[in-house]
Amino acid sequence: MANNIISPENLVYKKPALMNDTTMHYCPGCSHGVVHKLVAEVIEEMGMSDKAVGVCPVGCAVFAYRYLDIDWQEAPHGRAPAVATGIKRLWPDRLVFTYQGDGDLACIGTAETIHALNRGENIPIIFINNAIYGMTGGQMAPTTLIGQKTATCPYGRDPELHGYNLNITELASHLKGTCFVTRQSVDSVASINKAKRAIRKAFEASMQGKGSSLVEIVSTCNSGWKLTPVKANEWMRENMFPEYEKGDLKDTTGL
Amino acid sequence: MKGAIVVNTDRCKGCELCIVACPKDVIALAQKKVNVHGYPYVESAVPESCIGCAACAMVCPDGCITVYRKKVEE
Repeated sequence: MANNIISPENLVYKKPALMNDTTMHYCPGCSHGVVHKLVAEVIEEMGMSDKAVGVCPVGCAVFAYRYLDIDWQEAPHGRAPAVATGIKRLWPDRLVFTYQGDGDLACIGTAETIHALNRGENIPIIFINNAIYGMTGGQMAPTTLIGQKTATCPYGRDPELHGYNLNITELASHLKGTCFVTRQSVDSVASINKAKRAIRKAFEASMQGKGSSLVEIVSTCNSGWKLTPVKANEWMRENMFPEYEKGDLKDTTGL
Repeated sequence: MKGAIVVNTDRCKGCELCIVACPKDVIALAQKKVNVHGYPYVESAVPESCIGCAACAMVCPDGCITVYRKKVEE
């Protein structure tokens, strides 16, 4: 039975063609992989495979250029929006986007991020928020929740000692240069579909010159959180979603 | 509707997200087996229950699963 189902005319879903066969270095169950797939699918659907330029961050996604067969540029830590600004201004017909984590975007690159968004550069920023520094071993990030335990706040984040968590997407929604600011997640089929539509909208808006957009993906870091991938998704739903509420914060694209 | 999945076992890291996403409990970790990277991997344990909904493939972070679906006259 199974043998006659498995044939090309019955194909429903396969790994996007832009994603190559290199095994990803991400930990098992990491949200990065799903978002990589969504980016690849959206670029394919828009027919921009030859005209897409991604800008990699420093962080776990530093090797994103190994996995998607489009043009990539590696940026210094946090400077991806500044690098993308340059590329987009020189090549307005290219789909230039950045792909950044929370340590990169919300900490060392806060200035670049805020100013690129505020200038209304036609770049979509994909922001992976897992509330921790994943690559360096699970230290506290600006987005770490109050009370959350990490390697550098082993008794939980205390606002009196460590300050409050930074809600950068909320901040971006108040900037005049942004046209689309949204917060999504990739923990279920429904949310993956929504996140894909959001990425598509941000990419379309950038090509139509409507301004900058920020797509935050609330993600898991099961290694940093010291949970299994399935438990990490549950922890995210319970703890991350109340603080980082999902939905569109700003949408003036008209798309 | 009848479905079938093909798992790229060398790419799979055994994160089990597909097992949770599958509405028909088709997928399970292969017992006492690991791939070339030393990871446990999943397989279609109850292939006759598969409806080809592609939920497993969508949540798979590593893009290991290919899904096929066919209308079958009962």
